[in-house]
This record gives sequence, structure tokens and C-alpha cells, in this order.
Amino acid sequence: MLSKLKLSILIGSFLVLAALPFIAEAVDEPFYIDLMARVMIFSIAAMSLDFILGYGAMISFGHALYIGLGTYAVGILAFYEVTNGWLQLLVCIVGTAFISFILGLISLRTSGIYFIMITFALAQMFYFLGISLEEFGGDDGLPIDERSVFFEGLDIYDPWTMYYLILGTLTVTTFALWRIINSRFGMVVRGSHSNDDRMQAIGFPTFKYRLAAFVIAGVVCGLAGFLLGNLTEFLTPEYMHWFRSGELMIMVMVGGMGTLFGPLYGAFAYIMMEDFLSQFTEYWQFYFGPLLILLVLFAKQGLWGMLPGKEDMSDE
Amino acid sequence: MSDPILKVEQLKKSFGGVVATDSLDFDVMPGEIHAVIGPNGAGKTTFVAQIAGMLKSDSGRILFDGQDIGAKTAPQRSHMGLARSFQITSVFREFTALENVALSIQAHSGHSFKFWKRASTDADLTEPAQKILDDVGLGERALTLAGNLAHGQQRQLEIAMALATGPKMLLLDEPTAGMGTEESEQMRQFLDRLKGDYSMLLIEHDMDTVFSLADRVTVLVYGRAIATGTPTEIRNNDEVRAAYLGEDEVTAGA
Amino acid sequence: MTLLLFVEQFLNGMQFGVFLFLISAGLTLVLGIMNVVNLAHGSLYMLGAYFASTFFGLTGSLIVALVLMIPVMLVVGMVIELVVLRTMYERDHMDQVLATFGLILFFNELVRLIWGVDAQPLTLPVWLSGNVEILPDAPYPVYRLVVIGVGMAVAAGLFWMITKTRMGMLIRAGASNRPMVGALGVNIRFLYTMVFGLGAVFAGLAGLMAAPLQSVESGMGEEMLIFAFVVIVIGGIGSIRGALVASIVIGIFETVGRSILPFLMLEIVDSETAQTAGPALASMLVYILMAVILFFKPQGLFPARTG
Repeated sequence: MLSKLKLSILIGSFLVLAALPFIAEAVDEPFYIDLMARVMIFSIAAMSLDFILGYGAMISFGHALYIGLGTYAVGILAFYEVTNGWLQLLVCIVGTAFISFILGLISLRTSGIYFIMITFALAQMFYFLGISLEEFGGDDGLPIDERSVFFEGLDIYDPWTMYYLILGTLTVTTFALWRIINSRFGMVVRGSHSNDDRMQAIGFPTFKYRLAAFVIAGVVCGLAGFLLGNLTEFLTPEYMHWFRSGELMIMVMVGGMGTLFGPLYGAFAYIMMEDFLSQFTEYWQFYFGPLLILLVLFAKQGLWGMLPGKEDMSDE
Repeated sequence: MSDPILKVEQLKKSFGGVVATDSLDFDVMPGEIHAVIGPNGAGKTTFVAQIAGMLKSDSGRILFDGQDIGAKTAPQRSHMGLARSFQITSVFREFTALENVALSIQAHSGHSFKFWKRASTDADLTEPAQKILDDVGLGERALTLAGNLAHGQQRQLEIAMALATGPKMLLLDEPTAGMGTEESEQMRQFLDRLKGDYSMLLIEHDMDTVFSLADRVTVLVYGRAIATGTPTEIRNNDEVRAAYLGEDEVTAGA
Repeated sequence: MTLLLFVEQFLNGMQFGVFLFLISAGLTLVLGIMNVVNLAHGSLYMLGAYFASTFFGLTGSLIVALVLMIPVMLVVGMVIELVVLRTMYERDHMDQVLATFGLILFFNELVRLIWGVDAQPLTLPVWLSGNVEILPDAPYPVYRLVVIGVGMAVAAGLFWMITKTRMGMLIRAGASNRPMVGALGVNIRFLYTMVFGLGAVFAGLAGLMAAPLQSVESGMGEEMLIFAFVVIVIGGIGSIRGALVASIVIGIFETVGRSILPFLMLEIVDSETAQTAGPALASMLVYILMAVILFFKPQGLFPARTG
């Protein structure tokens, strides 16, 4: 199991998240509910990336694509006046699964630098596709008129309801990914990361497992996009731009690669920092760029990795 | 006279201008240990890599258990009963010894699209894995991270992982590489116990191991087999002496 | 779709291909020899364009701007190599991606801080701004022909250097088997710095030539970077020949494809569908091409790596 310290921090964090709306209300700063909702969405996305990047060594530079696809699932259907949340969710899951499957088939035959560049280029292809789709706003984007409707009584226009929906999704996906990492399937993915030749030598046809992992990551990230579309009520190809993919990678690294839980904090740290720095200067990236280089050089293990307590990949 | 379990016919492999495997004929009879010796660069590991399926030959045939396996992938060959241990230790360093062996067992326990149950506490995997570790002599170290094992123990783990796949034949690439005298002797005794249950292709530099274990020896020089015979025949073969045994390796120990 | 239009688009494609080649050549060498993913290569292109517009603004002469820009880009490239890239050689690709991503952020803001947020203007000098009749009644901008010419000259010069000089031989050896070159006792550090500096100069040159044709603004490098990656992936890492072939192919494919596709689609579908799907499909063409090529040759068309 996780060390006591890490487990307590993790549980404590979820408790804080659960209590947050009440706290925000108490200090009369409802803005934090919206902020943390956003943080949680990107936590889900970052975690899904860590699943393949940290555990599977598949350095996908196009992961933000799936956030975009998720928002498009909501937005396009809403545009055609289909606001049934279940239907949108179905389209989202099937769509992201299909696309990640195809893209995985193409990219996973390559490795190393080729893999990074192909995932990068393929994701950009969708970005340009999004820009050229004029009736969905092109590069101006499109407001989403209505949020998803799931069932009577669930009004996700209410910030609190939306918040807890996101928190619920985060909790479920965190738990699910954690179980998957430690399952037989997860062992194959992790083993392939460590030594793919050896895995094949003992009898694992690794390609299909890596592809499956790639698809799982894409679908989970698509869920994050689905939530984002509902939260921001806006659809734009900018969500898919490779800069966003870069930001996801930063969140994973800052949180701790290959730790699954680290990226939750990485997303938090990155978004808070971005929010904080941009209050001071419009040119915050000027400072962040070199900071990022320093982080890569000296703090590569990330926040979670800096915590004491035996950390081996198996979370034994 | 039964059929060989492994039969290699006219195997050829070149890298650019360098011929690594030169029209090689080779076979292993069921239950025998057929050792392959030769100077460094003779192409021994390249040879094994082709049999295991990690390297595609330029031409020639490889028959295992009567079947032409040329088109089969490495995982497929593993499922047919071919297991390999690597010359350069290839264990999963961040997994425990138990998890390493459990992975081999998992690979041969149906598909692994199983997403829920925790693998490291799955008795279907850990019990057989523990048994194999015990057999090999690593039972006490089951929960040690493979990266933290001593070199000799990692070599033992290599063999354990190969055995855990339930093979008919083992391709062992210098199992005693880097081991001290005592450890090499333990490995020798262990391999001796396996003799008969498994067919083996054994690549070795350590002459004691070769002469005490092997039923037949083939000498490989520049990808060509210059002699095949019993250990005694090889020891007395002039051509072999000239090409190879004249070097330091002839003296016992690695 | 007239012959004239086709020829014009074809030449535009060649010109775009030249830009791609200049950027990709340096990038493929850095990737092949130094095994470093450098996302900030697009920033070098951007800096070249900015420097060019400033030098041109100061001196009024494009030639002088070119002459000034070369040493400046060389120095900038070498500084980046010494300060940042050196720390990344031993690191894995993930680290390199993140670190050079940081460089992109830095440079994109740096140019805005120094030059301001507005795009930099660069108008062509008179002697370059006319048209030439390449075919009867077919005027074509002189400048674009000049760009093609310069690009071809640089390509020829680069080929000469790679195949005929000692430095070139080291570069080729390094691209195909990096560890060997170090083992041969060659001063690897110096080789790396030179290669990187050279790549910076080429990228800067592309930026200079592009400045009159497109807006010089923050972030302009990244669009070219994507294409450069596609070029390298298709052409094969470490291969100049591959970069040249792939650049021209992609340049033409992209430009001609974009203009032909709407016409082609009209043959198959109705006008409305062609209107909407046309541009969308056109922007995806290059990536589809890349995916197809990679499916059959995952190492690109002319992979240099043997070691």
C-alpha cells in the first residue's frame, strides 16, 4: 500500500475538496468553486496522461486532443439541440475511443522521437480541422447554449452541483486507474515500459496492450473534456492546441511522473501558479519558461516524488 | 532416432557488410544440452536472437517441434515452448523478484485484459512464482526489488523467468556471465538438475560448465560452425584448438 | 483549374518547401546527431525574422540585413546550445521536450517584450518586388523565385559540405552512429555546438526570407515547427537528403493540394459540401500523407541511423 503519509495526504485532499464549496461560501469567495472545478478537470486529464506517459513511457504530445474531442461531443450535439447528457456522454466515449484507437494504431508502431512527433502532428491535424469547421465557430469558437441534461433534479447549472459532479468523476476515475495500474493489465503496461523486448520474450504481445492503454487514456481524458465543455459553456479548437498538450505534460512532471496521484497536485500547482503569475504580469511565460527548465533540471521527481516514504511503482 | 526439437537450416544474417550468421546448420535433440562456444563476436547472441524471434534472418529455416517458426513473432514462439534468458541481465528492475517471475507466469495464463484484481497478490500467479524462485534458490529474496539483487542473483532470476513460462526448450545466453566460482558451480548444478526435462541451447564461455553439462558442443567462428561433436571430440579437435581454444578461455572459470 | 494556376501553386509549393528545408535541415541534424528533441527550433526561425526586420529597418538593405543576421543567429544558436541544450544531452526525451518547451515560452514572450506586440513590417526593396513572366501572360513574383533559388543554392552548398568536407563526414558519421564518433576521439562538444549553430543560421535565414511574405509576430515559429517535424518524420531522422525530398514533397502537396482539392471535390460532391469539407480536408492532407508513409515505413523514407 501507499506509505501512511501519502495515503493520509491523499485522503485529506479529497476531504478538503469535498468540503471546499462550504468553505468558499463561508469566506464569501465563490470564485474558488469555479477555480477548483477547473483544477479537478485538468487533474483527470493529467492523470490519464500519466497513465501512458509515466507508467507506459508513451510520451504523447497530443493528449489535449481528447479534451477537445470531449468538449466537441457536448458542443456539437448541443448545437443540433441534442442536450441529453447520456447521449452526449455516449458519443464522447465512443468517439474518443475510436479516434484514440486509430491514432494509436498509427503512432504505436513507432517509438522514441518518432512517437512524440507523430502524436504531436496528428493532434495538430485535429486542431486545424477544428479551425476550418466554420459552422462550429472556426477559430473563434462556439458558445454552448445548454449544459447537458442527465435527469430530473440534476441541475448542473448550479455551481455546487457541477462541482460535485466533477469531484465524483475525479474520485471514480482515480480509483479506477489505480486499480488498473495494479491489475494484470497494468503490470503488462508497466513491464513494457521497463523492457519491451523482455516482455515479448516471455510471451506478451505487447502492442495490443499498449494500444488498449492508449485508448483508456484517451477516453478518460475525453471525460475531462466533456466536463470542461459543460463548465465553460464554450467550444473552441484552442483546447486541442499542442500548447495545451505541453501544459498537461508539465502538470504530470510537476506532480510526479509515474505516480498516478502526483499529477492531481501537478494540475493544481500549475493552474494556481498560472493564475497567480498572470495577475502580476501579462508576460508571465517569460518567467515560467526558464522556471520550467530549472524544474526539469533539478526537481524532476515532482511534488509527489519529493514526499518521503518508499515509492516504488507498484505502490506496495 | 527421434526428431530434433530445434532444427536450423542454412541460416544467414548480415548487417551491412558484416556476416553475422553464415549458412548455419544446427540442431538440438529432445532432452539434450547442446552448447555453443566461440570467440567474442562469433555471432552467438545474434544466432539466439534469430531463434527467439527478436531478429529477422535474411534466409534459412528454423524448425521448432517440427514446425517452421520463421514467420512467428517472439511472443508466439514463447507460447510454443521456447524460452530465453539474456546475456545482459534483462530483469524488470523496479519489480520484486516475485513480480518478475509472476509476470512470466501471467504471460502464459491466458490474456491479460484483466483490469480489476490486484496482480501482485493473486495467488494463481504468486504461488507458482514462489515455487520457481525456491527451486532456483532465490526463495528468500522473493520480495526484494530485482534492481537490488546481487548480480549473481539477478542471473538466477533470469533463468527463473525463463522457466516460469513452462517451456520445452531453453535458450540460455551465458547464464554464468559475471558470476564467481561458487555461484557458477551452483548454477551448473541447477542446470544439471534440469537436464532431461528441458532441451537446452547453451551459450557459454565457461569451459567447466560446457564440459560438465553439454552432450554436444558446436564451435562458432565468424558465424560459421567449424566443428560439432561431444565435448571430448571438440577438446581434441585441432582446428578448434587453433581457432579458439588457444585463447585464455580454455582455462577453467570465467 | 487552369495550367497557369497549377504552375503558380506549384512554384508556391516549391518556395514553401524551401522554407521547410531550411528549418528541417538543422532540426534533423540536431535530432540525428545529438539525439535531442529541440522544440525551440521554431523560435530560431522567429528570431531570424525579427532580426531581419530590425536590421532592414536600420539599414534599408535586405542584403546587409542578411549579412548581419548570420553571425547574430550563429551566436544566439551557440548560446542556447551552451546554456540549455548541453544539460539535456544525457536526459531522456521527456525532459528535452519539457525544457525546450520552456524555451519556446521564453522566446515568445521575449520578442513581445523587446519588439512589442504588433507584427513587424518588412516591405520588399524595389528590385525584388516586381513580377516576372514565367509563362506568357503569367506573372509570378520575383521574390518567390529568388527564395527558391537561394534555397536550392543552400541545399547544394549543404550537400557539398556534407559529402566533401571532413566536417560533413563527421556529421554523417554522427547521424548514423553517434557513440562511435565519440569513441573515435573527435571533439564531440565542438561538433555539437557547430551543428547547432549551423541549424540556427539556416532557420534564421528562412525567417529572414519569410518576413516579407508573412506577419512577423510572436508564435510564428510553431506553425513551421509542426511542418518541420512532419518533414523529418517522413524524411527520416538525421538525413539531409530525406529532409530535402520530404520538404519539397510536402511543400508542393500542401500548397497544390489546398488549391486543387476544392475543384476535385466538386467533381465528386455538390458545391455546398465541397465548400465546407474542402478546407477541412485540405488542412489534413499533409498529416494523412504522413500517416500513410509511416504506416509502411515507421522510420521514414531515408533513415540515417544504423547504429
